Amino acid sequence: MEAGFLPVEQMSSLVAALMAQGYACLGPALENGAIVMREITLPDSLPRGLQAELGPGHYRLTQDPLNRYFAWANGPQAIKPLAFAPKESLWRVERDATGVLQFAAVQASQSPQAVIGVRACDLAALALQDAHFLREGRCDAHYAQRRESLFLVAVQCAVPASTCFCASTGDGPTPIYGYDITLAELADGFVVKAGSAKGCAVLKVMDLAPATSDQIEAAEHQGEAAAASQSRSLPGSLSPSGGNLREALMSRLEHSRWDQVAARCLACGNCTAVCPTCFCHAETDTPSLDGQSSEHVRMWDSCYGESHGYLHGFNVRPDTRTRYRQWLTHKLATWHDQFGRSGCVGCGRCITWCPVGIDLTEEVAALTTGEAQA
Amino acid sequence: MTTMPEIDAGAPHAATVVSRTQESPSIFTLQLRLNDAAAQGSYRFAPGQFNMLYQFGVGEVAISIMSDPADRNTIGHTIRAVGRVTQGLAKLQPGDQVGLRGPFGRGWPLQEVGGRDIVLVLGGLGCAPVVSVIHYVLKRRERFGKLVIIQGVKHTEDLIWREQYNRWSKLPDTQVLVAADQGGALWPWHVGRVTDLFSLARFNPQRAAAMMCGPEGMMRAASESLLKQGMPESRLFLSMERNMQCAVGRCGHCQLGGSFVCRDGPVYSWNQVKDLLAHKGF
Repeated sequence: MEAGFLPVEQMSSLVAALMAQGYACLGPALENGAIVMREITLPDSLPRGLQAELGPGHYRLTQDPLNRYFAWANGPQAIKPLAFAPKESLWRVERDATGVLQFAAVQASQSPQAVIGVRACDLAALALQDAHFLREGRCDAHYAQRRESLFLVAVQCAVPASTCFCASTGDGPTPIYGYDITLAELADGFVVKAGSAKGCAVLKVMDLAPATSDQIEAAEHQGEAAAASQSRSLPGSLSPSGGNLREALMSRLEHSRWDQVAARCLACGNCTAVCPTCFCHAETDTPSLDGQSSEHVRMWDSCYGESHGYLHGFNVRPDTRTRYRQWLTHKLATWHDQFGRSGCVGCGRCITWCPVGIDLTEEVAALTTGEAQA
Repeated sequence: MTTMPEIDAGAPHAATVVSRTQESPSIFTLQLRLNDAAAQGSYRFAPGQFNMLYQFGVGEVAISIMSDPADRNTIGHTIRAVGRVTQGLAKLQPGDQVGLRGPFGRGWPLQEVGGRDIVLVLGGLGCAPVVSVIHYVLKRRERFGKLVIIQGVKHTEDLIWREQYNRWSKLPDTQVLVAADQGGALWPWHVGRVTDLFSLARFNPQRAAAMMCGPEGMMRAASESLLKQGMPESRLFLSMERNMQCAVGRCGHCQLGGSFVCRDGPVYSWNQVKDLLAHKGF
């Protein structure tokens, strides 16, 4: 389907079309001083002018002088919690008076949801979550159910934050796959494209005028300018240094930089909580007060926590140095073994939401310059 | 390596404790039978694989299967009471129920090592995953060459199944070597490190395969010793242990570099793990 053009004053017609097709619509909303995705109840209630200033350990709301819809860079969470629930019950067990146990799976249930304002980095991250949870032969039913319910309205990032580096990981700032509809916001409206049959169905109802070649070109230039504005980067296949970080990091496992970063790192797990690709989760049991039943629950976990490496009486990773190293080498090195690419999509959240402002691009640069130590 | 079909990765199946044996003050063995007779009848596993055992209201724990794969009546697990779940399991008596999911992971490469001398190196309760190999080899003696069992323990009382070790040591083409770091009364075996025993082991390194289980430091030292004796790297196998919660390569706790121990292990060849074993923390 060719690109259409949605005039800015008709934005609500997209939300209305989604609502008419039965989707609950989620869009940007302010919550606790940050931009997050929350349900919008009326077609014209999508906020304008939201913006935030991001830096290492720094996030402050500001106002977009141009009053655009999507001039904000990603907040702490976007779509990961919608597919991989932060906490959910997997199965429950009942014990009768004779001690007989009856186990039953708990089915996930999710009605259709449309998320408006999904960024390219998060689409790349979702593809990795799909690869993990929907692996052939071992599909996670809970994840699959939630994932199936999602309709993704992507947006080209026109104003990346200072912490963004998706251009260097090859994942942004312009969405190229994984969306149902994608938008590029220009001064007077949106260049709109469908990326799936579901997306086509919505656009068909909206009956947009075709985008002009000038509009399409303006959107392309906007994406190129956004990529060029990014000051941080990771060495990757698209960067001048080429290759991937696997060998560089795995040959420096005893580098002194690990000790230096461990001295700063609080092992709080914020980076893993905001990372859109982190998939670790703990499984715990919650017995009922009457002792007759129990729920088996999974919830997001972090490799920085005390229990992550616990093994009958000792800890595989007893200190912050080994935990930070586990996180970084998994994300940037051994992820290649598991999924054929790096686990970093350049969203920069781990930098922004680190309370002490540890910058992964800076750590990688420090670790990989100079000779391998061990 | 052998991979067997698993029951499933969803809710556990109810199983009943058929018998319980106290092996040492903290180690016990539970023989379990799935309540669903059809499920019990179709349950198959390979030595070296493990099950997730669920203690009601407390949680699950990964326990390797120590019974013989040909035994279709019960599924055996030898467990040390050390954490919340295992201390709960320790209190169970015959007739009590647990949940069981499994079997999971890849077991020992028993088909691939047929015809070879078999060297088993066990540390501490490492004997549990490997004892099924001992039973397997002894029941199919003609398929293998010499059997050498090298067992190290910290304290003399940590050696369970003493009478079995005595019995095995009297079998033809079978050698049993045991060492305790700290000696004790009536200890007939060596006092010292398990690697001290390698010079006493009688096998042909060129035609042998080694399977080992126990503390990683011990497995590393044993591997290096065996390699020095001329055993090829490709015939050294190790059973690794990590925190396991989902058992299907999903929860992330058991990752060892890029592999998931629950799915890609727990049995690895030396080549697969030697690089990471050189660093603490993976």
